[in-house]
Amino acid sequence: MRVALFLTCVNDTLYPDTGRAVVKLLTRLGVDVDFPMDQTCCGQAHYNTGYRHETEPLARHFSDVFGGYEAIVTPSGSCAAMVRELYPRLGERARAEGRGDSLARALAPVVPKTYELTEFLVDVLEVTHVGAYYPHKVTYHPTCHGLRGLGLGDRPHRLLQAVKGLELVELPGAEECCGFGGTFAVKNAAVSAAMGADKVRAAESTGASVLCAADNSCLMHLGGTMSRLHTDLRPVHIAEILASTEEEPAV
Amino acid sequence: MSGTFVGMPAFPEAARTAVGNATLRGNLRHATHTIRAKRARAVAEVSDWAELREAGRRIKDHTLRHLDRYLEQLEESVTAAGGTVHWAADADEANRIVTRLVKETGESEVVKVKSMATQEIGLNEALLEEGVHAYETDLAELIVQLGRDRPSHILVPAIHRNRGEIRDIFAKEMGAWGRPAPEGLTDAPAELAEAARLHLREKFLRARVGISGANFMVAETGTLVVVESEGNGRMCLTLPETLISVVGIEKVVPTWRDLEVFLQTLPRSATAERMNPYTSTWTGTTDGDGPSAFHLVLLDNGRTDTLADRVGRQALRCIRCSACLNVCPVYERAGGHAYGSVYPGPIGAILSPQLRGTASEIDASLPYASSLCGACYEVCPVAIDIPEVLVHLRERVVEGGPAVREGNRVLLKPARGHAAERAAMRAARWALARPAALRAGQRLASRTRRLHPRTLPGPGRAWTGTRDLPPVPAEPFRDWWQRTRGGEDETK
Repeated sequence: MRVALFLTCVNDTLYPDTGRAVVKLLTRLGVDVDFPMDQTCCGQAHYNTGYRHETEPLARHFSDVFGGYEAIVTPSGSCAAMVRELYPRLGERARAEGRGDSLARALAPVVPKTYELTEFLVDVLEVTHVGAYYPHKVTYHPTCHGLRGLGLGDRPHRLLQAVKGLELVELPGAEECCGFGGTFAVKNAAVSAAMGADKVRAAESTGASVLCAADNSCLMHLGGTMSRLHTDLRPVHIAEILASTEEEPAV
Repeated sequence: MSGTFVGMPAFPEAARTAVGNATLRGNLRHATHTIRAKRARAVAEVSDWAELREAGRRIKDHTLRHLDRYLEQLEESVTAAGGTVHWAADADEANRIVTRLVKETGESEVVKVKSMATQEIGLNEALLEEGVHAYETDLAELIVQLGRDRPSHILVPAIHRNRGEIRDIFAKEMGAWGRPAPEGLTDAPAELAEAARLHLREKFLRARVGISGANFMVAETGTLVVVESEGNGRMCLTLPETLISVVGIEKVVPTWRDLEVFLQTLPRSATAERMNPYTSTWTGTTDGDGPSAFHLVLLDNGRTDTLADRVGRQALRCIRCSACLNVCPVYERAGGHAYGSVYPGPIGAILSPQLRGTASEIDASLPYASSLCGACYEVCPVAIDIPEVLVHLRERVVEGGPAVREGNRVLLKPARGHAAERAAMRAARWALARPAALRAGQRLASRTRRLHPRTLPGPGRAWTGTRDLPPVPAEPFRDWWQRTRGGEDETK
């Protein structure tokens, strides 16, 4: 199967370790991973801030870059939700504005074959034991787009529970938003920071040393909050945990 | 809308003040988490909740699509049953109609059932200007009125108050409005309720005019429905000689049978009750039983404009249950007053900018008062996709575009204050549509990473004021991928 890694612009620029972890993990599971060099951004930040028309060229570009692959895998719940849920909406709105079916037709091919990483592992590869080793106490924050948008359910938990050495502890109020919300984090910084601090305190109360999530944008907000609050917690993307092995452990 | 909210600061500013208020944060956290958990249990008991939710959505959508027809049918039914129907295009017209009707009775006092529509139009203030005193009889509305406060929640308007604060308000203010609070009043809930009961009983027995809203209006029979849990509504609806109901036009449902759906979903969503305690229904007037005069004031006040918007119109499905407020992490921390409207929380953030337009600073800021976490959509009993409407209204704020205001098609200009953001978004789009430009930017960021400041100036301070920035890596992923041929030459 020819699988494209859609790393996302945030991960590509700020979190290359997550990208390397996805490549390592999928390669170990026998997947032929490609990273199309022309990929940029799905347009989520533009869309959610109200710039739908600015989003359209980015969505078309995404479809041009990824349309030829059998599956598109991304280590980001919110970017996966952007493609799967909101690309069809972009097409509908363009049609309602009297601009015909061209955008809807251009975006249609990528919608059904875009997968968030844990979905791809559990649903497509049908694995939960990925041969990982991670001897740490971990609590998992199900990010909003993963939880309510994509309906990831217990997939991340099943993957984490199968990791050797890993102790998974439940996060109180797990389903509550961490307060990132894209531009919300700066447009309503006070509320966003209060939500972030509450989430970090909840994670701290579990006694875990690692707060894990499947989206680095939420972890960027939470990690920035953790270091400002001087906690002993670390934010770690689920891909880095699943890529870690006894031979090559992640720190 | 209510004059009491005019001149509100934009949401972020009001919310920042609220976030810093520890008592308010504590009151709201306790109250919303309690109702949230109870609602979840009450909804989980119902095996066909998803079907009920879908049925509610469809009934509302169908009614809204044929609203003209159902409103005319309602007018005929109400008139045939002995009531009088008045049409009010906006708040001023509704207030003028109600004031005239009250003055025609010769009375200078009215008792009120809790009603969002009359709060929306600022009826109490309008009546007072004409020398008519309106007494709120819902316990929470009474607390708000006595405290010269503003409601901060649709269902529990005094949710921002704790028992101690309520005791103080009762002890200090009740005497000026009527029967004073008993001596030595404590903050025990039973004592507070008894003080309110004694105070209100005098009002009920004296009042000759009652004013209400309605949760539903049945077109086929002309029946109005009020759903409440204290019994004060029943008193106001039955004891006075004249009853005036002010109801938004979107509250109509076609048939009596449609109530079957909403009388299941509303109580469980609102108060986590399996069955609502006091459900009052009345149809026109009946000789020797209840009010002898009944007036229905049908209120538009921006609803027809909202109906004209194909994305935004779903907000008119709302049955005012407040489930979205109770589950919202932003509402929990910002409090209801920050929304600058009688409709706070997620539903307020999509209703107010549609009913009032996006011209004011507060209304233009409301669509951004959300992290788009989707918890509101998940609990909504009529499946209003609040995040979808929020994003749609953000687009209206930053891009402008076609809309309907006061019945006229207009082309809105983008709101002020978004020029820099718009330029940044355009520049980002330009760069992101060109992989080479993105790469150049990434490399520049990586090479200068040791020079990046820990705190940012200008808009960036909104981030670094409370959060550290992530360190920029030595190279972006795409450079690693190319350098190592996808990790094959990892040692390089």
